[in-house]
Amino acid sequence: MMKEDNIIVCRCEDVTLKDIRELIKRGYTNIEEIKRITRCGMGPCQGKNCGQIILREISMITGIPVEKLTLQRYRPPFGGIKFSEVLGENNDEK
Amino acid sequence: MMKNKASIVIIGGGVIGCSAAYNLSKRGLKDIVLVEKKFLASGATGRCGAGIRQQWGTRQNCFLAKKSMEIFENFRDYVDTKIDIELKQKGYLLLAYSDKEVDQFEKNIFIQHEYGIPSRILEPEESLEIVPFLNIEKLKAAAFCPTDGHANPFHVTAAYAEAAKKNGVTILKDTEVLGINKSKGRITGVETSKGLIETEKVLNAAGSWAREIGKMAGLDLPVFSERHEILVTEPVNSILDPMVMSFSYNIYCQQSPHGSFIMGYGPENEGHNHRINSSCNFLENMSKKATWLLPPLKKLRIVRQWAGSYNISPDKQPIVCESEELAGFYMAIGFSGHGFMLSPAIGIYLTDLILKEEPPFDITVDLGRFERRETISEPSVV
Repeated sequence: MMKEDNIIVCRCEDVTLKDIRELIKRGYTNIEEIKRITRCGMGPCQGKNCGQIILREISMITGIPVEKLTLQRYRPPFGGIKFSEVLGENNDEK
Repeated sequence: MMKNKASIVIIGGGVIGCSAAYNLSKRGLKDIVLVEKKFLASGATGRCGAGIRQQWGTRQNCFLAKKSMEIFENFRDYVDTKIDIELKQKGYLLLAYSDKEVDQFEKNIFIQHEYGIPSRILEPEESLEIVPFLNIEKLKAAAFCPTDGHANPFHVTAAYAEAAKKNGVTILKDTEVLGINKSKGRITGVETSKGLIETEKVLNAAGSWAREIGKMAGLDLPVFSERHEILVTEPVNSILDPMVMSFSYNIYCQQSPHGSFIMGYGPENEGHNHRINSSCNFLENMSKKATWLLPPLKKLRIVRQWAGSYNISPDKQPIVCESEELAGFYMAIGFSGHGFMLSPAIGIYLTDLILKEEPPFDITVDLGRFERRETISEPSVV
C-alpha cells in the first residue's frame, strides 16, 4: 500500500491524498473549499484529474453518496490560452 | 445540533466576519455564531486580487492599512495558527501618468510617512530597477512602498475561522439568513434556513449582500454591489516583485508567491447587481492593458477568469458602526474593494464597538457621516 503522502491527487498543483484527507477531516467537506485552500482544480486541467478523486474522498469520509456531490466549477477560458493568442498575434513559439 | 441562542450572530463567512468572530472570541465573548450561506470566503473575499496596500491618501486609511499589515506580518503569533498566509512583501508600484497624479502621490506620501509607511517617489527610470521590463512610455513617476504586498485570502479567512472555532465560536456553513426578527425596536433573533437563532445582536458582514441583510432588519443601507472581473495565469518563475497598479491607466497586476499572475481593472458602466459572470470583453481588454504595460506577459497562458462583487458605499470607504435606528445591529459593509487588506484592523475596531469599549482608533467610519456631510475623500481608490 502506497503512503498517502506519496499519492498525488492534483498533478497541476502537487497536492497529495494526505493533504486532501486532512482538510476533509478539518471540516472542509465542499470541493469548492478544498479547491480554494489547496488550488486543486485551479491549474490548467481545471480539476479534470483531481475532481473525481476528491469527491470520492469526501464521500468516504462524510458518508454523503458521491452522486449527491458536485465537481468544482470550470472557469473560462477552459484551457490555457496565451495573451498573445487573445490579442490575435502570431505565435512563433510552439 | 443547531445552536439556537447567541450573544451575537455574525452574518457572512468572509474575511471581515471571520476576523470579527476571532477578535470577539479572543476578547472573551462567548456564544458567538457565524452564519454563512455557502462556504468560507465564497464571496468577495475569495474572489479578490489578494493585494495589501498601505499607500493611501487619508490619515485613517494609512493608519488602518499599517495596523493591518503589522498583523499580517505577525499573523502566526497573532492568530495562533499554523496556516501559512503566503505573505509576500515586495511592494506596490503605483504608476502616475499626469502631473496632477504625481502631485497627489507626493501629498499621499507625506501623510504615509506620518504613519511610518516607507513609501517614496521614483523617477520612471528608477522604476525599472524594480520592474526591469516595465513599459515606461508616458510614465511621469511612480510611488513605491516596499512593505506592501500580498497574502492568500482563503488562508487568512481559514486561519481566522479555525482560531475562532478553537475559542468556541460556532460556524454554520450552508446556512442562509432568511430574516431578522425584531420586537419593540430591538433585535430578537435571526431566522435561518436551519432554524431560529435567538440573539439581541447582529453583525452584518454579508459583503455583496449587505444591502439585502439591512432590508431584513428594516434598514435602508446606502451600498450597492458591482461586478469586478479578474483573471489568473499559469504559475511561472518569479519575475515580478511588486504589485503594479495605476489608478489612471486603471490596472492592477501582481505575481503571487505561487507564481501565477493575478490581474484586473475597474469596470465602467456596470450595473448595480449581483452578476458575477465572466466576459470575453474583459479577457480582451485585460490582455491589451497588461501586455502593453508588461510586455513579457504575452507568452503566458491565462488559465482562469472569474468575477466578484465589490460592495460600494457612497464615498467608497467602509461603513463600520452600530445602526442608530436599530440598537444591536452592527455593520461592516461597503468596503469597495478593500475589505481583505483592512480586515485585521477592522476586526479589532468592531470588537471594541460591539463590546462597548472605548474605540481603539480615532477614525470616522460610521453611517452618520453621509448625513453630516463628512464623507471621506480618499484620492487613492480605483
